Amino acid sequence: MAHISLPNEELPGIVGLFNFRPETAKPLGALADVLLRGPSSLSSADRELIASYVSNLNNCHFCHTSHGAAAMAHLSCDVNLLDDIKQDFITIPVSQKLRTLLAIATKVQKGGKNVLEEDIQTAREAGANDEEIHDTVLIAAAFCMFNRYVDGLGTWAPKENDAYREMGERMAFVGYNRY
Amino acid sequence: MPHIPLPSHLPGITGLLEYSQDTADPIRELTQILLRGDSTLSQGERELVATVVSHNNECTFCTTAHTAAADLLLGESVTCEMVKKDIDAAPVSSKMKALLKIAKLVQQSGKAVTEEAVSIAKAEGATDLEIHDTVLIAALFCLYNRYVDGLASVTPTNPEFYEYLGERIVNHGYNRLPQGYDHLKK
Repeated sequence: MAHISLPNEELPGIVGLFNFRPETAKPLGALADVLLRGPSSLSSADRELIASYVSNLNNCHFCHTSHGAAAMAHLSCDVNLLDDIKQDFITIPVSQKLRTLLAIATKVQKGGKNVLEEDIQTAREAGANDEEIHDTVLIAAAFCMFNRYVDGLGTWAPKENDAYREMGERMAFVGYNRY
Repeated sequence: MPHIPLPSHLPGITGLLEYSQDTADPIRELTQILLRGDSTLSQGERELVATVVSHNNECTFCTTAHTAAADLLLGESVTCEMVKKDIDAAPVSSKMKALLKIAKLVQQSGKAVTEEAVSIAKAEGATDLEIHDTVLIAALFCLYNRYVDGLASVTPTNPEFYEYLGERIVNHGYNRLPQGYDHLKK
């Protein structure tokens, strides 16, 4: 049971909250869409991996698994491969550039001041540009919001990866402006 | 110095929002709804939530800016100072104390919000919508604080800057200024 009475208790995670307050759902959905699916030199798969990775650091099962499933949909991989995100990408091929961006995202999750000039320098040496560094910091910061919203109101989340298969495909290919 | 090149006449969050307007639009819209939209919480009370979260995230820019806004809206500066130091001693309603404590838990983590903290707020008369908005404002400032400090945007040290900014967010809210920000170029 969520901490507040939701009109439809069957809707999991943020979906139930969007249904509770459509007015705030609109900009929240629009932000997710532009961050994860808007024009960028980072692929949507890479951006969803950052979102899922940060959500795991925040211990938010719903966001970790749903955005992991969206990443798997972009990569045309089975949903169960998303478990590899939790173990720092042993199987999923991740570029050196994305590794340095994930390191920045990890620091943002702890607190903005943890990001040091040397972290930025390392990312630049691996080929990251200003926009990619900006987008990484903002995606990580945004998921520090989404994760707190979802868990701070005590929403429920399906446990198994399989329950996120269709959700991930919808997030990847339909987007976040319709839910 | 910021980690990426930002407009030098716009320190703090404003330069970031101008740097990336596609992402700024929904962030601004969300903030305007939560902090300035219709609500049974006053604008001053909602600025207190923003301030206490920014303070605990140690984001000097956001803390100082939202303290200035809260002070203007409340007409005094004692309450906001007390809220940052000791919620129980602050001259706010019991309902606000309970909501501010929920905001502080959200700052730590979503999972830190307990059934008990929510029950206390409800017993003090907080509605589901007030609890929802408190959690979402607190979560939103966990975004802002990380965005501002994660890219090392400039934090001005002169008090006049924050007086001006406090007035701007009280009088104009959080939407982009219709004329943009070129008039601030020195």
